Amino acid sequence: MGAQLRVYKRRIRSVTATKKITKAMEMISASRIVKAQRAVAASTPYADELTRAVTAVATRSNAKHPLTTEKPGASRAAVLLITADRGLAGGYSTNAIKQAVALSAQLRAEGKDVVTYIVGRKGVSYYNFRDLVVAGSWTGFSDKPTYGDAKAVASDLIEAFVAETGGVDELHLVSTRFESMLTQTAVDARLLPLKLDEVQLSDESKAKHEIFPLYDFEPSAEGVLDALLPRYVESRIYNALLQSAASEHAARRRAMKSATDNAGELIKSLTRLANSARQAEITQEISEIVGGANALADASAGSE
Amino acid sequence: MAELHVELVAADRKVWSGAATIVVARTASGDTGIMPGHTPVLSVLESGPVTIRTTEGGTVVAAVHGGFISFADNKLSLLAEIAELADEIDVARAERALENAKSELDAHAERRAEVRLVAARGLKAA
Repeated sequence: MGAQLRVYKRRIRSVTATKKITKAMEMISASRIVKAQRAVAASTPYADELTRAVTAVATRSNAKHPLTTEKPGASRAAVLLITADRGLAGGYSTNAIKQAVALSAQLRAEGKDVVTYIVGRKGVSYYNFRDLVVAGSWTGFSDKPTYGDAKAVASDLIEAFVAETGGVDELHLVSTRFESMLTQTAVDARLLPLKLDEVQLSDESKAKHEIFPLYDFEPSAEGVLDALLPRYVESRIYNALLQSAASEHAARRRAMKSATDNAGELIKSLTRLANSARQAEITQEISEIVGGANALADASAGSE
Repeated sequence: MAELHVELVAADRKVWSGAATIVVARTASGDTGIMPGHTPVLSVLESGPVTIRTTEGGTVVAAVHGGFISFADNKLSLLAEIAELADEIDVARAERALENAKSELDAHAERRAEVRLVAARGLKAA
């Protein structure tokens, strides 16, 4: 076998091995999207009930709460960025990071200091590599977040928000919304202070027509709000984590699908090259044999 | 017989839903029983067992941790960060958790483990 042919054969082998790996990753991600979507769906009843309750308290009482109070002259804004722990997910983490950077620039233009909190190793390494300050980070659960994870994130952020000194005045959330298997969009939203008239149910038409009964609040409207609002923030963060996880899997599946397709293409064109190399080798061998035979014939003809 | 519709929902799943005649839960102001036709109420839940008497005469016991209860139009929603039905609770694990919590003087964890045990045992006794 000629040197050229051997090189092609070796490359085909290595691309085939890569293709097997990307194909496996594609299938794993595909199965995890379904699970992640189911987790999003399973968390909706809780989120909806909680939203209804918060709206009910907001419409039936004038209770004030630190989490809903707009701070005058807000000067420090926190940004919570949700990214992936692992790569090979196409533009998933990059898009979220870009959105966060743009949001930070906008907040700075408004004259606010930006404090960054990050979920996911990809975001952490982006900020560390550029020597940017990260106020807090959580890693290790980006592909399968639990409510406990959301609670841990939320409690730190709420603590920073209600702190008397050195706290933050606003909290923005940058995450990826799962729109469909093919579309995931990086979005940002202001989480705190909460605007109660912005509180929305997943089914909006129902929310608008609903008239809330006159609830008895126990122990008091303030007490209920005190217990509800942190839960509400947790559930918003939980929902963002779940949607981002579903988006991560979808993005990875798509990236791995195109990697598999590309590997297929590459194998095809390499096979063509190897074939023509083999053919060239054969042609050369034949012409060498023919040339050799002719030379022999010429030599023997001369000696006669 | 009058009945109310109950939804017991945890943060990550719907735990139980169905019709019931009375629901007893521990709220911030003590154990509260809710029967059909109760005035609309919204109150904060403590960690504790929730007892639901179903219309078929059965009893559903669940351990809930943190959450709230809201009742209106004969519909009762029990929302909890964590909710476990009594028959899902692993008694041995809860006992171990209780011992760990006691040795580490973690009052919250101790209360959680106790509630789970009460809920699990309450069902067996009944």
